[in-house]
Amino acid sequence: MKRFTKTRLLAAASMLATAAMLPASAYAVDLEFYFPVAVGGDAAGIIEGLTNAYMEENPGVNINAIYTGSYADTTTRAITAARGGNAPQLAILLSTDMFALIDEDIILPWDDFVTQEEQETWIGGFYESFMANSQTGGQTWGIPFQRSTPVMYYNKEAFAAAGLDPDSPPATWEEMVEMGRELTLRDANGNVTQWGVRIPSSGFPSWLFTGLVASNGQDGLANDEGTEVFFDTPEVIEALEYLVSLADEHEVMAPGILDWGATPRAFLDGESAIAWTTTGNLTNIRNNATFDFGVAMLPANVRRGAPTGGGNFYLFEGSSDEELQAAVDFVKWATAPEQAASWSIDTGYVAPRADTWETEAMRVYAEEVPGALVARDQLEYAVAELSTFEGPRITQIINDAIAAAIVGDMTPAEAMADAQRQADAILAAYR
Amino acid sequence: MSTLVVTQTRFDRTLFVAGAWALALVWILPLAYAVWTAIHPSAYETRFVLLAPLTFENFTRAWNAAPFARYFLNTIMLVTMILAAQLILCIHAAFAFARLDFPGKNLLFALVLVQLMVMPDILLVRNYATMAQLGLVDTILAIGLPYFASGFAIFLLRQTFMTIPKELDEAARVEGCSLPGLIWRVYVPLAKPTILAFALVSVSHHWNNFIWPLIITSSVETRPLTVGLSIFATTDSGTDWSVITAATLITSGPLIIAFLLFQRQFVQSFMRVGIK
Amino acid sequence: MRREWIHAGLLLAPALILLFAFTHLPAIQTVIDSFFSTARGRRPAAFVGLANYERLIGDAIFIRAMVNNAIYAAITIPVSIALALAMALFVHRHIAGRAFLRMAYFTPTVLPLIAVANIWLFFFLPGFGLFEQLRGLIGLSPRNWVGSRDTALYAVMVVTIWNQAGFFMIFYLAALQTIPDTLREAAAIEGTPRWVFFRRVVWPLLMPTTLFLSVNATINAFRMIDHVFVMTQGGPNNASMLLLYYIYEQGFRFWDSAYAATLTVVMVVILAIVGIGQFFLMDRRVHYK
Repeated sequence: MKRFTKTRLLAAASMLATAAMLPASAYAVDLEFYFPVAVGGDAAGIIEGLTNAYMEENPGVNINAIYTGSYADTTTRAITAARGGNAPQLAILLSTDMFALIDEDIILPWDDFVTQEEQETWIGGFYESFMANSQTGGQTWGIPFQRSTPVMYYNKEAFAAAGLDPDSPPATWEEMVEMGRELTLRDANGNVTQWGVRIPSSGFPSWLFTGLVASNGQDGLANDEGTEVFFDTPEVIEALEYLVSLADEHEVMAPGILDWGATPRAFLDGESAIAWTTTGNLTNIRNNATFDFGVAMLPANVRRGAPTGGGNFYLFEGSSDEELQAAVDFVKWATAPEQAASWSIDTGYVAPRADTWETEAMRVYAEEVPGALVARDQLEYAVAELSTFEGPRITQIINDAIAAAIVGDMTPAEAMADAQRQADAILAAYR
Repeated sequence: MSTLVVTQTRFDRTLFVAGAWALALVWILPLAYAVWTAIHPSAYETRFVLLAPLTFENFTRAWNAAPFARYFLNTIMLVTMILAAQLILCIHAAFAFARLDFPGKNLLFALVLVQLMVMPDILLVRNYATMAQLGLVDTILAIGLPYFASGFAIFLLRQTFMTIPKELDEAARVEGCSLPGLIWRVYVPLAKPTILAFALVSVSHHWNNFIWPLIITSSVETRPLTVGLSIFATTDSGTDWSVITAATLITSGPLIIAFLLFQRQFVQSFMRVGIK
Repeated sequence: MRREWIHAGLLLAPALILLFAFTHLPAIQTVIDSFFSTARGRRPAAFVGLANYERLIGDAIFIRAMVNNAIYAAITIPVSIALALAMALFVHRHIAGRAFLRMAYFTPTVLPLIAVANIWLFFFLPGFGLFEQLRGLIGLSPRNWVGSRDTALYAVMVVTIWNQAGFFMIFYLAALQTIPDTLREAAAIEGTPRWVFFRRVVWPLLMPTTLFLSVNATINAFRMIDHVFVMTQGGPNNASMLLLYYIYEQGFRFWDSAYAATLTVVMVVILAIVGIGQFFLMDRRVHYK
């Protein structure tokens, strides 16, 4: 209730302030907004276009959008700035950073800045699977914005050449192995010239792995409170055994750790006929593929499943209520259907709200790029990405475990039992 | 007999030249690849076809994809600032160690030498905290500050100053030259080769330095080229070698040109310094 | 006498204050920090005694990093120096294409390691990387150099050696040019084989340079990790983890500054030991001169 009156007061105050504060600053409200660029293309330019458009509509607000590098850099900078007492009002950071930011005590829940009605219409309008990494303890800490999900890209020409139906990509784990066998080509020396499948294992191995875990019937790798992980369940171990078997037993995937960054190139060069990677690559692959390709959901085992990923808007502590309210207003505007649609089309990120997909622009886009719809439809089966307290450390533990199983340091069961033990030791402090 | 020797030396010589060239080809391979990839469309990143179409687009794409002009400016400001500070601080300190007598001289010099091993690069956790206390995080000054007092420079200049005949000081003093005058008008000109050699080492080191700037900077206004390049190269969506190589060539162009121009002086100054 | 002291103080003060502020004091403070826990959010740092060191001893990744760093140093130091010497001998006197050869050897020094690491990553890629294409031409089966536990560390080392050998060459080149030609001519007249001349005359004369470079290479073995960021991030499963990268990871990815400080103490101790060793070697050299 307190916030309620504040909001109204603020509206009046901001009008007054516009007049009163003009000499000090050209604007009533100066906002700082940190954003990372995680996909190729001109995402930085697009964000600046967005803030400029907002400032034109709202002359009282000045948004200083600061490109802060990768996600990791942006998180580092936001935490350092907040510790030093000059936090930005807004930042786009990984949705999985939520617990770390709460632990640092530097972010604010959005709920305090929206009306009861907006709670339902605005916050309630985002896809549930995106909110899984954005809410905890009954509060909303992140607003989904640059979100993605992994999908399976497949080379239709390679399918046809192998005598497979180019319009029915593998829908189950077994099919992926079977088709992978057909798609793995070898030359006279027995050297592989085309691999069936590529699931990259550097960069974000735990992310794609969550897709395997989810399709094996487990809802993600951690609980909603971020205090417990489930690394050594039979579902997880089986998923890891499957991943390892693709290279070891079935020989449909190249052995060893496969580089994340080289994955689009491997797919575009025909090195791999099927590649798992983020929807964020859709634009890149569409622009550069010299062959007909398809986009499909990740294959199912006991059910379909995939993780979500990407970044949320976070609201930082340490600014006046007036500034915070202005920041919230900007985010509301940025996630409104029209803006979200053009953002999604320009970058390839998945539009996080159903109403965005109803816009005309989005409808045209979906017709042009059917792959875009695959990502949206997959959201129905999506689970939360691994997110816990001490997130980077816990993620590193499971990444090491996955790598250990892939390179043969440990069996999947050993690796996961080990990872569980290490993670428990760290998370015990938060329970 | 004599023909045998001749053929043997000729064979030796051929082996020698072949070895030199083989090594050189391996060494220049990354640069050659960078040039190849930068001037061809991205489809040729992994395919080396002689008649691949040429393009300049990667350079424009790289230039537009990141604020390289600003990064350039930052790096140039950084290396100039570091070099100037190093020279001013270390020339004076080296002179004191080489020519003056004072208590605790050996101990202090030993402490200077400690920095040859324990470089600021290694103490990044604590130095970061210091910068935070000084309120200097994310400033160009903070990138350079830990390197201003260079143990290497003091060591090198001291060695050189010690080879300068003492009679020169006395002559200068008789002529009424002050201490700073003596340093800057007698010692510095005579130590020019050392200074040049050190300058080149310092500039190329700080031009390419990465970890400390990565940690201490977080904005376009302060980030040097290396950090800018790394951010630019690590996107979540995949590595775009054609743009990365174009950016690499853009960013190291000045150093490559400088080396080509000053190659001879560079080696000669090292020779005269006789760094041993 | 007193005036000289004041002069010395004035000349030394700026450099020494900065030197102490960013080398000696942080080194001491790092030791102090290693006895405390990391402050997080609302929890301040607390004295924990030797807890961080106990953790260190039980930390398999730390042990791994130490072993890796030892291998890394044991290989990169001698190989870099040997190659640098070879390069210097190649281009020291007239040879066809000397200017090109010199430039080729020197390129790593002018290319930022962080950027070139991406190029090397491509060279090493399984399937379609450059080395694989070359191996494919002669019918060898593909290998995943960077992505296998047995080769990842060596792939990183190749880049380190590539990066520093050319730089080291300059020092040898300078030293070689100070060796009077008359020595070589005299040896030639006496019919001394080139190899013997090298071993008996050139190599001993180059000894100071070799020492200097080996110290440099030792420091680099601990300090040069730019390419690890791009190529392996210490993986797979820490197979290419190096001490400084681990410090970075603990300090700036996990924000565990106390543990990072503890690791830094280990690093400083190692370097101090190497430094003291070097001091004695240098001492001997001075007498030898």
